[in-house]
Amino acid sequence: MDLNLTPEDLAFRDEFRAWLQANVPKDRAEWREKPLEESFPYLRAWQRKLHEGGWAAVSWPKEYGGRGATLMQQAMFWEEMARLEAPPMANALGLGLIGPTIIAYGTGAQKKRFIPKILSAEEIWCQGFSEPNAGSDLAALQTEARLEDGHYIVNGQKVWTSYGWVGDWCELVVRTDPTAPKHKGLTVLLVDMKSPGVAVRPLRQMTGESEFNEIFLRDVHVPAENVLGKVNDGWNVAVSTLMHERGAYGARLILIFKRNINRLIELSRVTEHNGRPASQDPVLRQKLAQCYAEVEIMRLNQLRAFSRITAAGAPGPEGSIQKLFWSELNQRLQQLAQELLGPYGQLAGGDARAIDKGIWSYGYLRSRGNTIEAGTSEVQRNIIGHFVLGLPRSY
Amino acid sequence: MQFGLNENQEFLRDSARKFFAGECPIAEVRRLMETDTAFDAKLWAKLAEQGYTGIIFPEELGGVGLGIVELILLMEEAGRALLPGPFFSSVVMAGALVDALATKDQKKKHLAPICRGERRSTVAFLEAEGSWDLADVRLTAIDDRLQGEKLFVPDAAVADWILVVARNGVFLVDSKAPGIRVEPMHGMDLTRKLYSLQFDNTPAEKLGETTALSRPRAIATAALAAEMVGGMHRTLDITVEYAKTRKQFGKPIGIFQAVQHQCADMYLETESARSAVYYAAWALEHHAPDAAAAVSIAKLYASDASRTVSNRGIQVHGGMGFTWENDLHLYYRRAKASETMFGDATFHRERLARLTIDVEALSAQRA
Ligand SMILES: Cc1cc2nc3c(=O)[nH]c(=O)nc-3n(C[C@H](O)[C@H](O)[C@H](O)COP(=O)(O)OP(=O)(O)OC[C@H]3O[C@@H](n4cnc5c(N)ncnc54)[C@H](O)[C@@H]3O)c2cc1C
Repeated sequence: MDLNLTPEDLAFRDEFRAWLQANVPKDRAEWREKPLEESFPYLRAWQRKLHEGGWAAVSWPKEYGGRGATLMQQAMFWEEMARLEAPPMANALGLGLIGPTIIAYGTGAQKKRFIPKILSAEEIWCQGFSEPNAGSDLAALQTEARLEDGHYIVNGQKVWTSYGWVGDWCELVVRTDPTAPKHKGLTVLLVDMKSPGVAVRPLRQMTGESEFNEIFLRDVHVPAENVLGKVNDGWNVAVSTLMHERGAYGARLILIFKRNINRLIELSRVTEHNGRPASQDPVLRQKLAQCYAEVEIMRLNQLRAFSRITAAGAPGPEGSIQKLFWSELNQRLQQLAQELLGPYGQLAGGDARAIDKGIWSYGYLRSRGNTIEAGTSEVQRNIIGHFVLGLPRSY
Repeated sequence: MQFGLNENQEFLRDSARKFFAGECPIAEVRRLMETDTAFDAKLWAKLAEQGYTGIIFPEELGGVGLGIVELILLMEEAGRALLPGPFFSSVVMAGALVDALATKDQKKKHLAPICRGERRSTVAFLEAEGSWDLADVRLTAIDDRLQGEKLFVPDAAVADWILVVARNGVFLVDSKAPGIRVEPMHGMDLTRKLYSLQFDNTPAEKLGETTALSRPRAIATAALAAEMVGGMHRTLDITVEYAKTRKQFGKPIGIFQAVQHQCADMYLETESARSAVYYAAWALEHHAPDAAAAVSIAKLYASDASRTVSNRGIQVHGGMGFTWENDLHLYYRRAKASETMFGDATFHRERLARLTIDVEALSAQRA
């Protein structure tokens, strides 16, 4: 164990710190107050700038536009971003899950074609996995693809597709062999969302906005060279994406969690509770400290996971504890914000009396989805039970 | 930067695991817990032979000179084995304290024999109030003599020296000194015996000021949290094994998700506590600015998690888990005793609040 920065780590950090200091947008507090649809171009421009500096995906190999940095340096990158409260990048799924899957499974041509535009945010990616009848039981999905004259003809429906409304490309899981057992007949296709036959409809979520969508696919033609990995081996490709989503995606959330707990601590000093600042209320102090501790443990769990991934070469099922930990922690954190702010916690963005322009009201609602998206908490616990602890499979 | 163990650390952990499995299997734990002191001279000699009694102390004193991360790994294994007796009190509590505040000569006299396992020591801190806050310590030495009471002192009956934390310093008392009375307190943890101490004009040698207490105390707190992680992991292993073999409704109970999810949560809590403890050890070793906060985070999380994990473990065992013959209650007992030792979760949340929430603390941190 050596958490000291190596000379390379230090050089990396100093270089990025200097770059970030000079380039982080001055108006960075403002994007957060707008709905994602409105702030998206801003986040896209910010990612482009990071990419121009060579910072969009530091741990990717140099040949694909990364810096060949270690995962620990990747974590340091996020810590620097958090320190300056820099905005996140627009192409979150492309950078976090889909790019790494293309790097692991893609052909040379695919990597050349797709990776640079993921980095520059020129092409935004979405993840077409869930279907109306295939959520937790993802392998039961029914969207089908038939090979005809060098093209797959795709028919079906996807649901809950985040970023579907801005998505240029989609990592789509389809059934290519309906006769095979359910895990064995799947294939991953890289699908141009502008293809004829793709229709995207907004789904309004409980926050009121439409972050996710329904996607309808009707006789969509996808060139056969857009198969990612092997035909009928799509389950393994998809699981690789999910492992990144569960095991490593949390690293980019630490930035937000740290900012939130620090802000709550600030607010506790100026919010009255029982006739004194909330920060001096013995019960709230306890809760704030607990939350502070858990945010720190989320960071440490992630660092340990990165060391494991570095040793193993790829994230494994134990990454489910990262997903479980951050999603349940965010719900506790948002509940704490509500307790702290009392009746003001509920006020939404438009209200003149809302605290922090309503981010706590939004955050409370949004956090409800955390234990559902990227695999429910129940499914994460099943994964730990089955694949980490080796308990008999319950299904 | 990397947060995994290096080869030497893995070697230390594996050999400690082997050592404890061979020398201190659970049958031996059970035998010792039924004795008055839970101390076994032969086992003690073997611990010394391994160098464990001198693990973090300088080589010129007969120690091994390893770091706090290595200590934490050893403690984790000791916790897994539920090692009974005075290892923690003598080596980690008392040893680290002498190391931190004694003079060179005092160390030669009082630390070197601890390193070699020839002498044992312990620390007397708590008083009637039961508070781990140094400000609540009342006992005061007058003219190098002690008068009064200390409670919950681990392993005092097998200690040669007792380090007494008083208002005006840390004092070393010979356990055979005149005017000292050592009586057992009947705690929940049968493997770590507790004692009350009465001093009546007992002579004491001053070792140093209480201001030097914070580092050795932080080391002991982190080490205890590591021991708790070891206990948690062992509880998890025993429970998973049971869930695979115990059958109900014609199936192993581990196939039921209510059972699986208990185990998954045990895993999450164990690994999270481990992350916090490893970091605390590293931060202490390297005198990181957030070391005090890191130790409190480790102890507060481990305190809650070790209780929860041992609860879940027994629940998964059903009636078998509630029996004396099943080992889980031994871990359950240790978890409870360790939860309060050096301050429970509530205590450490308050400490963390002082370090992170109170304005003065924050501005000092920024400066
Ligand atoms: C905000 C948000 C964004 C999302 N973004 C995307 C996206 O970009 N792309 C995408 O493909 N999907 C996305 N999803 C979908 C998400 O992955 C699914 O909602 C999730 O996997 C659960 O599937 P489901 O909704 O069909 O629920 P179901 O699978 O029907 O589950 C319902 C309940 O039953 C429980 N359950 C089901 N099976 C089991 C079992 N075997 N054991 C125990 N409990 C079980 C679940 O835990 C849950 O509590 C998103 C979801 C949300 C909320």
